[in-house]
Amino acid sequence: MPRLVSHPDEVKIVSRRFGQGAAQIDRYIELGGYESAKKCLAQGSEWIINEMKASNLRGRGGAGFSTGMKWSFVPKQSAKPKYVLVNGDESEPGTCKDHLIFLHDPHAVIEGTIIAGLAIGAKVGFIYLRGEYRYLLEIVEKAVADAYLKGFLGKKIFGTDTDFDVITQTGAGAYEVGEESALMESLEGKRGIPRIKPPFPAVVGLYGGPTIINNAETIATVPHIIAMGATAYSDVGTQRNGGTRLFCLSGHVERPGVYELPMGYNLKKMIYEVGGGVAGGRKLKAVVPGGSSTPVLLPEEIENLGMDFDQVGKAGSMLGSGGVVVIDDQTCMVEFALRTIGFYQHESCGWCIPCREGTDWLKKSLTRFHAGFGSAADISNMQYLAENMLGRTFCPLGDAAAMPTIAFLKKFRKEFEDHLDGKPCPYAKEGVPQLTVV
Amino acid sequence: MSSESKTIFSPQLAARFDALVEKYPVRRSALIPMLLYAQDEVGYLSDAVIAEVARRIGITELDVRNVASYYSLLRFKPAGEYNIQVCTNICCMLRGGYEILERFREELGVDPKGVTADGLFSLEEVECIGACSWAPAIQVNYDFHDELKPDLVPGIIDGYRSKAKAKGKNKNA
Repeated sequence: MPRLVSHPDEVKIVSRRFGQGAAQIDRYIELGGYESAKKCLAQGSEWIINEMKASNLRGRGGAGFSTGMKWSFVPKQSAKPKYVLVNGDESEPGTCKDHLIFLHDPHAVIEGTIIAGLAIGAKVGFIYLRGEYRYLLEIVEKAVADAYLKGFLGKKIFGTDTDFDVITQTGAGAYEVGEESALMESLEGKRGIPRIKPPFPAVVGLYGGPTIINNAETIATVPHIIAMGATAYSDVGTQRNGGTRLFCLSGHVERPGVYELPMGYNLKKMIYEVGGGVAGGRKLKAVVPGGSSTPVLLPEEIENLGMDFDQVGKAGSMLGSGGVVVIDDQTCMVEFALRTIGFYQHESCGWCIPCREGTDWLKKSLTRFHAGFGSAADISNMQYLAENMLGRTFCPLGDAAAMPTIAFLKKFRKEFEDHLDGKPCPYAKEGVPQLTVV
Repeated sequence: MSSESKTIFSPQLAARFDALVEKYPVRRSALIPMLLYAQDEVGYLSDAVIAEVARRIGITELDVRNVASYYSLLRFKPAGEYNIQVCTNICCMLRGGYEILERFREELGVDPKGVTADGLFSLEEVECIGACSWAPAIQVNYDFHDELKPDLVPGIIDGYRSKAKAKGKNKNA
């Protein structure tokens, strides 16, 4: 069972019910659950979308797009059924927040799905969990069944004239399926390959119908926004970055864990105060701020860095999915880069050539480099490869591999050079097996 | 009574599949869950599993294979009864994921993708399993084990050995 952590600087909104037995429907109701859905049933679509816009909630999957805006793109009239799709495929290395949401507060996801459905006029919502999360899927399925028994799902929900169904779905192991169009392909029973955009899912999505697809954390936040009011929620964060987010602290940090902090919270403070500093009192070498696809930051770059989409963007990286990976000064960055790229090489679906070939070449180059057989030309070749992958693929997986590569090469060039000419890795530890990539 | 006159699955799973194909707006949406649940029962996607799933959905076996080969949890040959999946992605690596993998390799005497001679365990090195803040972590079938240290490895193996023994006794009883 994942350990829950706590820190005085936390503002618990999404994690408010964690550890309180809220997976049980009666407990969830006791803690104020399903009141937001009732309120939304009374207020109607336009009011919900306006509240979402006013809350400044931005997508927690990584792109940071305005949730209210996304919902407003769905056409009011549609010949085909509309759908809500909850993305719980959580697979970006460094990210484990949805894990806790499904475990501790599955009804928040269900309630958020209902509200999203009311907002766009959908009658069906899907909750898709990655295949590895089987025990969580069972928790969510039990929660869905309980909600049907209470009359919160199905025909005439909450005694109104509105119908709404929720269908759960399992993946079977594929990072790429976390991309919205690949997720829809997977849900349609196909290989998880991305679709070209436009048309965007809001117009042509699942089964060809208008679809909104949101991250599980985004959806779980929705009932809280309705309950506390859009302005109160927005005020917690920074400008254009409403509320809080679940930051997953991991790596070489004294107290790793998932902490809910206001948007814009200082990254240095997050590591040193919330996380208790670098493990073993060692020195900080680098931080990956938002999951493994986001460009690495140096200690001097995080001094005054507020963790919101705009500030991290300005610093040359991305807030991403909230996975903050702390790296100490004993770590070999060539090895870290190799393990990062090894993942994207493994997960590339192979549809777009720049990504399929690019990730493979990068991995091969990094493997050779790490083994001490790299040449100076390899550094510029990797740079060239990564730059030519950027923006040349259907989905962002190619970028997800290229962006961190460019940052590793630029910010840790000396470490790469230290591996040249057959020199042994300066960070190799006695008795530790050499890295092999899956 | 299943919609399939001849099924290779248990009556419970066959009934579950009957419901599953009706659950979605499109029958084919049941494909991936069916393959995974079938694998949980049979151990892997045998030719017979693929043939029956294809019939149930109403698509070709080739189509099923085409989809199944995409997903990393789906396999075409048997694994051990307990499939040990050690995450070595960045967050686990930083906290000793490779040492965990090495210890399992020593204790079980098999390399990644290998199965022990008694068929009880298989070992796999896997990508991120979503337990980054509780690293290093592994999954044994679908069970998570968090915040591991190499010295905890023998205990985990013993735990599953006892579990298998207890199961075996129940079967014989």
